Amino acid sequence: MREARFRVEVFATIADARCDVVRERLLRQGFGVESVCITDNYLIDAEIPDAMMDSVASLLVQPVVQGFLVNTPYLPEGFSHAVEIGYLPGVTDNVSHTVRESIEDLLKRPLDIEKSVFSSTTYFFGGDLSDADVESIGYELHNPLIQRMKILSAGEYRKSGGMGNAVPLVDLHEKPTADIVDLDVETEELMAIAREGIAGEDGIRRGPLALDMASMAVIRDYFQKEKRKPTDIELESIAQTWSEHCKHTIFAAEIDGDGEGIFRRYIRSATEKIRRDRGDRDFCFSVFKDNSGGIEFDDDFIVTDKVETHNSPSALDPFGGAITGIVGVNRDTIGFGLAAKPVANRYGFCFADPGDDRPLYRDGARTQRLLSPRRIMEGVIHGVNVGGNTSGIPTPQGFVYFDERYKGKPLVFVGTVGIIPKTVQGKSSVEKSAVDGDCIVMVGGRVGRDGIHGATFSSEALSSGSPATAVQIGDPITQKKLSDAIVKEARDLGLYNSITDNGAGGLSCSVAEMARECGGFEVDLERVPLKYPGLSPWQIWVSESQERMTISVPEDRLDDFIDLMARRGVEATVIGRFTSSGRGIVRYHGEMVFDLDLGFLHDGLPRKSLMTKMPEKRIRPVAFPEPSDMAGVLREMAGRLNIASYEFISTQYDHEVQAGVVIKPLQGRGKVNGNATVICPVLSSRRGVVLSQGIYPLYSDIDPYRMAACSIDTAVRNAVAAGCPMDRLAILDNFCWCDSSKPERLWQLKMAAAACYDTAVAYGTPFISGKDSMFNDFRGYDESGRDVAVSIPPTLLVSSIGVTEDIGFCQTIDFKCPGDHIYLTGITGDECGGSEYHSLLGERSKGGESAGGTVPAVDTALHLRLYRAMEEALRRGLVASSISVERGGLGVAALKSSMAGMLGFELSLAGMTRGQVARNDTALFSESQGRILVSVAPTQARDFESIFADLPCGRIGTVSAGGEIVIRGLEGNTIVHSAVEEMAESYRSRFRGF
Amino acid sequence: MAKPRTLVITGYGINCDEETRFAFEYAGAEAVIMHINDIIDNPAILDRYQIVSFPGGFSYGDDTGSGKALASRIKNNLMEELRRFIERDTLMLGICNGFQVMVHLGILPALERPIGEAQVALIHNGSNRYQCRWVDLTVEAASPSVFTRGLGTLHIPVAHGEGNFYAPEGILETIEARKLVTMRYVGPAGAPAGGEFPHNPNGSINDIASICDGTGRIMGMMPHPERGMFFSQRDDWTLLREEMRRHGEAPPELSDGVGIFMNAAGYFS
Repeated sequence: MREARFRVEVFATIADARCDVVRERLLRQGFGVESVCITDNYLIDAEIPDAMMDSVASLLVQPVVQGFLVNTPYLPEGFSHAVEIGYLPGVTDNVSHTVRESIEDLLKRPLDIEKSVFSSTTYFFGGDLSDADVESIGYELHNPLIQRMKILSAGEYRKSGGMGNAVPLVDLHEKPTADIVDLDVETEELMAIAREGIAGEDGIRRGPLALDMASMAVIRDYFQKEKRKPTDIELESIAQTWSEHCKHTIFAAEIDGDGEGIFRRYIRSATEKIRRDRGDRDFCFSVFKDNSGGIEFDDDFIVTDKVETHNSPSALDPFGGAITGIVGVNRDTIGFGLAAKPVANRYGFCFADPGDDRPLYRDGARTQRLLSPRRIMEGVIHGVNVGGNTSGIPTPQGFVYFDERYKGKPLVFVGTVGIIPKTVQGKSSVEKSAVDGDCIVMVGGRVGRDGIHGATFSSEALSSGSPATAVQIGDPITQKKLSDAIVKEARDLGLYNSITDNGAGGLSCSVAEMARECGGFEVDLERVPLKYPGLSPWQIWVSESQERMTISVPEDRLDDFIDLMARRGVEATVIGRFTSSGRGIVRYHGEMVFDLDLGFLHDGLPRKSLMTKMPEKRIRPVAFPEPSDMAGVLREMAGRLNIASYEFISTQYDHEVQAGVVIKPLQGRGKVNGNATVICPVLSSRRGVVLSQGIYPLYSDIDPYRMAACSIDTAVRNAVAAGCPMDRLAILDNFCWCDSSKPERLWQLKMAAAACYDTAVAYGTPFISGKDSMFNDFRGYDESGRDVAVSIPPTLLVSSIGVTEDIGFCQTIDFKCPGDHIYLTGITGDECGGSEYHSLLGERSKGGESAGGTVPAVDTALHLRLYRAMEEALRRGLVASSISVERGGLGVAALKSSMAGMLGFELSLAGMTRGQVARNDTALFSESQGRILVSVAPTQARDFESIFADLPCGRIGTVSAGGEIVIRGLEGNTIVHSAVEEMAESYRSRFRGF
Repeated sequence: MAKPRTLVITGYGINCDEETRFAFEYAGAEAVIMHINDIIDNPAILDRYQIVSFPGGFSYGDDTGSGKALASRIKNNLMEELRRFIERDTLMLGICNGFQVMVHLGILPALERPIGEAQVALIHNGSNRYQCRWVDLTVEAASPSVFTRGLGTLHIPVAHGEGNFYAPEGILETIEARKLVTMRYVGPAGAPAGGEFPHNPNGSINDIASICDGTGRIMGMMPHPERGMFFSQRDDWTLLREEMRRHGEAPPELSDGVGIFMNAAGYFS
C-alpha cells in the first residue's frame, strides 16, 4: 500500500466541545468512556519541500486554539485506545478537496486531484474499555459501507508510531471496453441477467437490471432486428431508462383494463380539468414535464416545487442518502426551465421508534446488520442539516413520523422550492430545447463508481444483494458553486439552450432525456472527467456521482460558458454533441459502444397490464372503554413520537438564510412546531409562499381512499390556516408504496389515486409535480435468524404550495391574549380510525391491537366554504391565532396553541358543532377533517361570527392568563384540570438527548 | 450626497450575499456583489469602494474550520490590497462566516499592526450543533464601533455551528479594556446571558457576539442583522402585531437589524 509523504495531525490546545459531546453520547449508550480526545488528520502525498510543510500545515490550523504535528503521532494523556476513521477508497472526501485547493493556492501549482490529500479523524478514548467495547464504539462512529476504521490499543499505537501513512487509493481494473452480451439464451439465464445483472468474466454478476421478462423479450427482439448483440452499456442504459424509478411503470401501466393507467386517469387528468375549468385564471407552468412543477408567483416570477424520496440510499447510509437527497432535489430546481434559484427546502422523515434496538439482518448468517432506527434517524437528520445549511437554502418546512413498519426502510422525503423570472433574455424561461449541433457539457463534480445501479436498485426491495456502490456522498459546496454560476450568471447571459439534472441513471438518462428535444446525441465517453481511472464505459455512463448538471451549449457561446465556469471554480467539460439523427451514439476511445434508436430507448418499454383486488381482510374495530384519567391521556398524547416537539431539528436547520422566512417552523414564545411555514422569496415584495403537507399512513390500513382525501384536505387546510388563499394553492404527490406487485396493494393504490382526483378537483388545487417509490420492502432476518419481512404502510405525502399576495394576512398558531374567544370551525365526528389516539389505546392494551374504526371522511363542498370563510377572516385581521386540527385532534391542537402562546385556556366540548359524538375522548381526539381552531379578540367576535353565520363553527372556550388548562366534557363536568407547563414538559422531553 | 460604494464578496459557498446587498442598498448605500476570484484577478478594484462586506455562508463547506480556507485564499492572493483598503477611511463588516474569515486573517481584533495573524477564535458551539435561533443582544455604548452607534438592543437571529468566541488570557483583557466588544448576548429582559444556553447560543466567553477593531471602522458579528431588517422577519411579529392592534397602534415596517446598515451608509455623509 502506498504511503503518503506527510501526515499532519491537528489537535486542540483548549477544551474541544466535539469531544464532550461524543463522550456524553457514548456514556448515555452505556460505554464507560472517561475521556475523549480528537485529532483531525491529513495525509498529504505530494512533492513538497520539508521546509514548506510548516506553511502547509498552517493552512489547516487555527493557531489560537489548535496545534499540529507533522509525521509525529499525537499522544494525548491517559488513553486506552485510538480509533481512526477515514473514507474508503473512492468515496468522496470533501475536506481533502478543500485542503488540496488551499495547498495549490499556496504553492501556485496543481496537485493530483484524487491522489494527493486524504482526511481522517482519530478518537482517543480513555477509561475502562475492553477491545470489544471499543469495537462497539467504532460501530457507533462509522459506517463500514463508506468508511474505514482502524483501532489500536495505546500500546499498539505507541509501538507502531501512530496510525501510519497508508493512503486509501482506489485500485480499479475494470475492463476498459464494452462487453457483448448474448440475449439469445434460455429463459432462466435471461431472468438471471434481469434480476442479478450481467455476468462479468469472473462470473460475478454486476447487480440488478431490474427489468421484467416482457421487457427483456422486447430488448432481445430489438437487437435481433438490428442484427447484432447488445453491448453491456446499451443494456445498462436501457435498464436505467426503463426502470420503475425513471418510467414509473406501475403508475403508467394499464390497470384493471383501463388503458389510461393510474397517473393519467387520476393525477394528470385532475390537473388538466382544473386548468381547463380555471381558463384565464390558470396559474400552472410546466406541470409534469420538467424537473419541478411551477405556479405563478406574481407578474414577473414563477415559483417552483418538487418533492423527491431518497429511501433506499438512506437505509444503507443515512447521512449520505439524506444529503444527496436534499442536494439532489435542489438540482430539480436548478434544472427547472432555464434554471430556477432554490429558495426553500422541505423535509419529511418516516422512521421506526429510535428506542427500538432489536437488530435486523440482511443475511441469514447475520453478518450484515441493518443500521438501528436511532442511527438511521440521526444520520438522516444530520444529512439534511449539512446539505441544506451548506447550500445556503433555508429548510423551514418539515415533519417526522414514526411507525414500526419503517424499520426495514425509512422514508426520506426531500423537497425544494425555487423561483425563476418568467422571462430570461426576453424569452420564456420555461421553454428550453437542446438544438442540433449544441455541445453536450457536463458541469460540476467528477464521475466515480458512486451510486451505480441507484435507479434500478431503488426499484427493488432492500436485501443482501443490494449494492454498496449504490451509496452516494454529497458535496454541497461543489454544487453551490455550480448553482451560483448557472442561476446567478450563465442563465441571464443566455449561454445555453437547455439544462437538466444528472440524477438517477446519470449521464445515460440526462443526455438521452435532453436529446428528445432535438432528436439525437453523440458522446465520447473518454472525455468525461473521472475521480479515478479504471472505470468501464458502462459505469461512466450510468454512474450517479453527484453534483452534476448536463447543459446544452451552442457552439458560439461555448468559450464564454467554459471561461465563466473556470473563473467560478466549476469544472465544465464538452463530452459530445446533440444531433437530429434519431439515434443515440456513444463512443469510447473511438470505438462505438452504444448505438440505439432513441424512439426505442424512450418508448420501447412494453406497458404492463395490472389487475387489482380488494383485500378480504378488514381491520375490525376494537372497543375501548373511555379512560378515566383524561389529563394523563392528554399528557401522553403531547409526548408521543408523532406529536412531540422536534425543535432540535428545526433549530439545527438554518431556516433564516435568504432572510425570507416570515412564518417560522417554531411558533410563539413557547416555540411549538407549526404545521405550515411562509417565505418571502423576493425581498422587495410582500408576497409570500405558503408551504405545508398532509400525511396519514395509518389510515391506509383501514381506508386508502379516505387516507388520500384526508392527506390532501390537511395539506390544503394547513396552508389556509396560515393565510393562503384557496385559489392560489397547488399540491404535489409522493406515493411511497410497498409490495406493489400484489393486486391488494394495487387496489389500495388505485383507491388512493381515485381520492386524489376527486379531492383535488373539488378544491381546484392542481397537482403540479409528483414522484412515486413503489417497493419499500425489506426481506431479511431477525436476531435468531428467522425470516423477517417488513413493508412500510402505504404512504402518501401530499405537499401544498400556495401564494398569498400579502404576508400581512398570515397568522401563527400561538394564543396571544388572555380573554380571547376560542372557536372551532368545522364538524367533529366519531372518526378515530387510524388516529394517533387509537394508536395510544392500542399500545396501552395488551397485544398492541390498534383500534380500527372509522377514518375521517372529507366533505369537500362544506370544507371549501369553511376555508373560504377562514380566508376572509384572516384577510380582515379578525383572527389572533389559527391552527389546523390534524394528528391528535382538537385536544392536541388546543394544547399546541396554548404551549406556543404560554397561556392557559378553558374549553367546553359541548360548544363544538358535532356529529355522532357521544364520548369525551372522541370529541377531544377524533381527527375529523376540515377543522381549524382559532382565537379571536372579544371585540372582533361579532364580525368573526358573522362570517361563519351559516357554517359549522362553535365557540368552545376562552384563552386564560396564567398556565391552567381546564376542559369540560360534553356533559359539562370537568374532565381535565392541569397545567400548561406539565403538558409542555411531556411535549418537549420526548426527543431530549437528540 | 453620493451613496457609499459597497462591495459584497461572494464565492465558494458564501450564501448571504444577496440579502446583505439588499440590506446595504435599503439603508442607502450602493452595493454590488463580486466573486472573490474576480477581485483577485483585479485587486485594484478595491480602491473604488468605501465599504467591504464579508457575508455569511459556508465558504469551502467549513472544511478545516469555518472561514479558514477562504481566509487562506485571501491571505495567499489579496492580503496587501486588503491592508491598503483598511488603512483608508473605509468600513468593513463581517457577518457570521465573514466574521470567522476576518478573525482568521487577524483583521479583528487587530490589537497589533500589521495585521495578518489570528489572535482570537470562533470555535465549535458548546452544543457542538448548528444553532439557528433568535437572540437578544445589547450594544456596548462605549465601543468605538461605527456600526452600532446609537443602538441599544437588537433582536436578530444567529445561525452557525462555530460561533463560540474565544480569546486567550491577556488578549481577552485587552479587548475588554479597549472596549472592542460591540455586542453581547443577553436574556430577553436584558440581563447578561452569563454563558447560559440558549440566550448565549454558543458558549461565547463573556457573552461576546461581536467585536470591532480599535478604529471602530471594522466590525465582525456572529448574528445576522440582514435577516432582521423588517418587522415581519421577526420570530415574534404576529404576537407584537396583535398586541399593537389591541392598543390601536400600527405595526412598524422596520426592525432592529437595519440600524447596523444605516450607520454604515450614514458614516460617509
